[in-house]
Amino acid sequence: MISAFLDRPVPGGGRRVRLPRPSGGEPGALPVVAGLALIAAVFGSLNGHFLSAENLTNLALQMAATGTIALGIVLVLLLGEIDLSVGSVSGLCAVVMTILNVHRHFPSGVAVLLALGVAALIGLAHGLMFTVLRMPSFVVTLAGLIGWQGLMLYLLGREGTINLPFDGPVAKLSDTWLPAWLSWTIVVVAGTGYLAAALLVRRARIRSDLPVSGPVPLALRTGGLVVLLGAAVAVMSGDRGVPLTLVIFGGLVVVLDLVLRLTVPGRWVYAVGGNAEAARRAGIAVLRVRLLVFAGASVLAGAGGILAASRLSAVNQSSGGSDILLNAIAAAVIGGTSLFGGRGRAYAALLGILVIQSVANGMLLLNVDSSVRFMVTAGVLALAVAIDSAARGGRR
Amino acid sequence: MSAAVLEARGIGRTFGAVRALTDVTLELRAGEVTALVGDNGAGKSTLVKILSGVVAPDAGRILLGGEPVRIARPHDARALGIATVHQDLGLCENLDVVANLFLGAEPHRWSLLRSLRMERTARDLLASLDVRIPDLRTPVASLSGGQRQSVAIARALLGEPRVVLLDEPTAALGVEQTAQVLALIRRLRDRGLAVLVISHNLADVRAVSDRIAVLRLGRDAGVFRTSDTATETVVAAITGAGAAA
Ligand SMILES: Nc1ncnc2c1ncn2[C@@H]1O[C@H](COP(=O)(O)OP(=O)(O)OP(=O)(O)O)[C@@H](O)[C@H]1O
Ligand SMILES: [Mg+2]
Repeated sequence: MISAFLDRPVPGGGRRVRLPRPSGGEPGALPVVAGLALIAAVFGSLNGHFLSAENLTNLALQMAATGTIALGIVLVLLLGEIDLSVGSVSGLCAVVMTILNVHRHFPSGVAVLLALGVAALIGLAHGLMFTVLRMPSFVVTLAGLIGWQGLMLYLLGREGTINLPFDGPVAKLSDTWLPAWLSWTIVVVAGTGYLAAALLVRRARIRSDLPVSGPVPLALRTGGLVVLLGAAVAVMSGDRGVPLTLVIFGGLVVVLDLVLRLTVPGRWVYAVGGNAEAARRAGIAVLRVRLLVFAGASVLAGAGGILAASRLSAVNQSSGGSDILLNAIAAAVIGGTSLFGGRGRAYAALLGILVIQSVANGMLLLNVDSSVRFMVTAGVLALAVAIDSAARGGRR
Repeated sequence: MSAAVLEARGIGRTFGAVRALTDVTLELRAGEVTALVGDNGAGKSTLVKILSGVVAPDAGRILLGGEPVRIARPHDARALGIATVHQDLGLCENLDVVANLFLGAEPHRWSLLRSLRMERTARDLLASLDVRIPDLRTPVASLSGGQRQSVAIARALLGEPRVVLLDEPTAALGVEQTAQVLALIRRLRDRGLAVLVISHNLADVRAVSDRIAVLRLGRDAGVFRTSDTATETVVAAITGAGAAA
């Protein structure tokens, strides 16, 4: 009896906690999804309005801006770095866009592109200070946090607020809702696209005599995807429909995930984040990868800032301020991006911002004071980092 | 005896006040295993890093097939057919076996990774080297020391190099895995590659090498033919006790 025990490897053996690793080596989305289910159950039972179509649609609307900024944070975290300036950059970018559009009468599209260009230059500047001057990213972007906010306030001038025309394209962005037929088309296209891609890869793998997973997990994953998307569309169509900004954010998440996983530059981001010296010796242009990531993070921050300005139909002195930066970082980490670099996926931004916004939203409905909200968010964040650290420990 | 494929002449390098290498000369020949031995800090890894473009020399020349070459970056060495397995392996623990094998040289089309081709090549390569890893898509972090070593060596062979530099390839391995790596080194020699092996284990050196080059305090301390040199002679050269033979 005893020897039978000794012979068998102890499940979860080792000193540290072993967490389920569905995707091989990473805690994966499981803890977050479980957390979301818990949040839905708790707030849903405490307040009948929480799971209503109207509230969930509001939640979706609130997610896009900070979620997009969190995507940029995912990028820098994958390098094992941090960008504290994303809030300020988002505000500055929104102000630049608004000034170009409202005061200089540039067409909205041009104003948006120019503002994103400014964001890219800012990110490039951060990247150059980090790589060429070898300043820690923490310090570079801390300076950015203060400096770019200063520039934004300077540009805003004494009035402190600039309104975007309510019927202009930028403001309209946040007040556009997908008709039900279009939303359902997206669900069908996404589902069949996913299935078709998976089947093609599967066939090619079988042809090359490479191992494949069985058809059941694939069917389950496709089914799960369609059910989740379908449920979201069903709920939101019961209210105003799916907000366009959510589709933009979702599209960015999917595109970034594909770029990170399937392209050479994406692979290099993971390599540099995992072991920069090894990447350098393997001939990877580490400097260029780092510049690209910092520029990308700033551009995503700028895009988030523009989404926020669109929602508010204005920019003001608190654009990009208050808890936007902290929420973006917390979202990336809660969603499962490792702080230690090289581990995580773009979906972390989506999952993490869902958690943060639903906690915030649920507590607002319950009339909980913001002091308590902060403490609960902190608890969730601490838990996420603990999971990350434990998972890392389990691998060592 | 064949002419030297790779020659380093008069190599020198200092790190601040530390003279890591002074006027060092080394020759590697095709179809031959050269062992590089010396005490800790003798400069062995530094020499390998210079030959692989990781560290720039302060002095000296490198010749490949008799022609002087410039190795300023790791990429240059790789392009010249010099493959290196560094002492710390240089693997990305977060990436899987396939990704590590092709690190920095990923086959691609329009910058899209050709994952299937990579995985197929990886599988065939590892099979031809008799390396057993159950799942090529597990992160390297969860492999054993021997498996990691094998992955690092396999990676060095992917670019079809002429010269392979191995910095302490058996240091962390058990008996059986050491034997496997030594067998692997012999197979590289039989394929006609010029191989450099750094090792502290003189038994391993004796078992696998054709010649032994000794470094002492960053200087040449003699080159010996393995077959007609007693171990004591090599030890004496390493420690500097008595004159080198
Ligand atoms: N990057 C560096 N910066 C400063 N000093 C260095 C650096 N690299 C090597 N050195 C120094 O150069 C000398 C030679 O080091 P090297 O790593 O080449 O020795 P080694 O022969 O490989 O030793 P070991 O057997 O311990 O691996 C040592 O004194 C070391 O401290
Ligand atoms: Mg060494």
